[in-house]
Amino acid sequence: MTSTPAAPRATRRARVAIAGNPNTGKTTVFNRLTGAHQKVGNYAGVTVEIHEGRLALQKSGTVDLLDVPGAYSLSARSREEELAIQAIAGLEPFASPDLVVVVADATQLSRNLYFVLQVLELGLPCVIALNMTDMLAERGLVVDVRALEQELGVPVVETTGTSGKGLAELRERIDDALVNNARHVPRNLTSSLGPQLAEDLALVSEAIPLYWSRGSQERKRALALWALISIDDNDELADVPAALRASVLERRALAAAEGRSIDTEIVQTRYSWIDSRMPSFLKEAGTRPRSRTERIDAVLLNPVAGFLIFLLLMGIVFQSLFTWASPLMGVIEGIFDSFAGWLRDVLPAGVGREFVTEGLIAGVGSVLVFLPQILMLFLFIGLMEDTGYMARAAFLMDRVMRSIGLSGRAFVPMISGYACAVPAILATRTMERQRDRTLTMLVIPLMTCSARLPVYALIIGALFPVSHVFGFVPVQGLLMVGMYLFSTVTALVAAAVLSRTLFKAKTPPLILELPPYRVPHLPSVLRMMWQRSRAFLQQAGGVILVCTVVLWAMLHFPRDPLRTSSYEAQRQALVEKGQSHAELDAREAAENMRRSLGGRLGHAIEPVISPLGFDWKIGIGLVGAFAAREVFVTTMGVVYGAGNDADEASTTLRDKIKAESRADGKPVYTPLVGLSLMIFFALACQCMSTLAAVKRETQGWKWPIFLFAYMSVLAWIASFAVYQGGRALGFD
Amino acid sequence: MRPLSELRPGDCARLTRVGGERGFCRRLMEMGFLPGTQVRLVRAVGIGDLIEIEVRGAHISLRRSEAQALFLERPR
Repeated sequence: MTSTPAAPRATRRARVAIAGNPNTGKTTVFNRLTGAHQKVGNYAGVTVEIHEGRLALQKSGTVDLLDVPGAYSLSARSREEELAIQAIAGLEPFASPDLVVVVADATQLSRNLYFVLQVLELGLPCVIALNMTDMLAERGLVVDVRALEQELGVPVVETTGTSGKGLAELRERIDDALVNNARHVPRNLTSSLGPQLAEDLALVSEAIPLYWSRGSQERKRALALWALISIDDNDELADVPAALRASVLERRALAAAEGRSIDTEIVQTRYSWIDSRMPSFLKEAGTRPRSRTERIDAVLLNPVAGFLIFLLLMGIVFQSLFTWASPLMGVIEGIFDSFAGWLRDVLPAGVGREFVTEGLIAGVGSVLVFLPQILMLFLFIGLMEDTGYMARAAFLMDRVMRSIGLSGRAFVPMISGYACAVPAILATRTMERQRDRTLTMLVIPLMTCSARLPVYALIIGALFPVSHVFGFVPVQGLLMVGMYLFSTVTALVAAAVLSRTLFKAKTPPLILELPPYRVPHLPSVLRMMWQRSRAFLQQAGGVILVCTVVLWAMLHFPRDPLRTSSYEAQRQALVEKGQSHAELDAREAAENMRRSLGGRLGHAIEPVISPLGFDWKIGIGLVGAFAAREVFVTTMGVVYGAGNDADEASTTLRDKIKAESRADGKPVYTPLVGLSLMIFFALACQCMSTLAAVKRETQGWKWPIFLFAYMSVLAWIASFAVYQGGRALGFD
Repeated sequence: MRPLSELRPGDCARLTRVGGERGFCRRLMEMGFLPGTQVRLVRAVGIGDLIEIEVRGAHISLRRSEAQALFLERPR
């Protein structure tokens, strides 16, 4: 074994990376160490959530903690997998850690040691938190911690993340290791490579750039090993120097010609080191089946019962997002309404007051109104992840989702889209590949979200009769169900089409770990729920707020002072006669909106939308609906002078819509126009919050612009087909 | 040699060869699927074509078609 003396560290805070396999309880340990002091880190080009926190230590002072995404190995093929090596070896965009804490699952010791060895090879100071020894004890096995420390040459601390056992000792060991800055590379590991692999390694090492190796021989070798096992002709690694890539490809080609597998040789070298020592690490060899988890899985993975239970659970999630969150959303809206009402009383009349009460407060409200649904969805996802059920959901849905080119993990985000696309888009983070995430994000907005309901309710209520088909099936209800079916089928077809064209990729082989069931650690679940929600509010909230204010301004400006004073004079006259001026106010609001920028835009787009059966007033409604679909209802309320606070059940608004006629006396709104309008709303991406969320999750404008374009085109074509097709068939 | 997918639920055997596409094969080896490693088939009848295998204390699910690339030694 080799030990290198401490290198001086500047006065900056020490950095500690927490790493390890997935499902080791790593995040719980991270939470225990950092307490409340953490945030979601922001790295250029990194879309995976990376949490950062702080930890106060006795000797080392305050240190920064980084929660490295869970990985089975440091070897990488995709951009996402590349993060682990970058975070641990301190390559761009990450700063070098001074210490790596590897959280290892004692119940799967050999596989976790495989990860430990890779960290040690890099010559990084390391402390091992050996988690889940309690679960190991249930199987009648004990880990010999001293033997582990002896062989690995680094401190090993037994911890139980959920109860906090061993955390104080872990803190001390981290403190000591930072002070001593000792690093250990088990020498008998790196010297046991076969002669041919040693030669590959020596040659590839020469291509490791200095900014990677930083002059350390160990780093050079470790990164060369990493390059040999990671790079190939079709990897998606982004930050590999060209010379290194060339060198690796050359050695790999040579090895292949000799019939050798470099991958197998590297993996086997590490595992034979581990396997030869396992008997001394584990006190009773051999594993017993995890009877409890297997008994549960006999039901939950059963082709019939398991599937029904899964659908039932999804139904509960859907129902809660749909109905349980709405009272809370109502409370939030109520608070903002009464706040705006209070300000209306307090502030002097004028444009400034209208801006604050109708633009600004509505803007903040339209961001916060999503909070209940987002919190609830992340609570469910957190519970599913923490109990181990998420992997089972992916297991159950693999076949179905694969047929439309998506992974099983896309199912939960897609079903969440029935409630609201925004939290659903955030939920795509549970998927591993960026391709799957982006593809799922592009079809989620097609699901019938709850904001479309008020629009459908207004149209169906106003234009379709309260009659029954076959004497008992209500037409209005049937239409509503029809819209749901339509959106679901469209979303599935869109996914199938996109995955076969723009996102054409071979279905990657599935390797899905089914972790043992665990009682969820509620504080961790709640913390994750809050962090994800806060990150959304911070990053998408700004865009939504700005857009709401801009749209408000578009629908209210420019103002004509002459018009305003003329209405003011009429109002005075009514007041003097002691009559109500409510109707006059509504007329003024309607005229203001018609003459506003948004109103003119409604006029301007009329040639485009008239083949769909829409007039310019609907055009204004479509412009307004971009803030959020349900805004269509209030915008129409203002346009038709039904007052500022019309909702979908307003009979005034329904009657005005029914009575609206064209120049030739025919009604504007026929059932056919209604159907065309509903189809348009079902397909068009009339929601800037969705676009803001997609922009945030894909780190750029490309996909939100694509999303908006494809959905708008789809909506136009479908509405055109419905309206013109209907007319051709004699409906009017 | 016989493919892993031929194992019956509850039965154990040792692996002799891990094949398949590079990324798949490498990830499996890194998870401890190596020649000489003992595996157990936990579940073969799932929805679709997934099978569940126990290796080194972990339960891993693979598609039956992809598990064809893993081979076991003949039972004695």
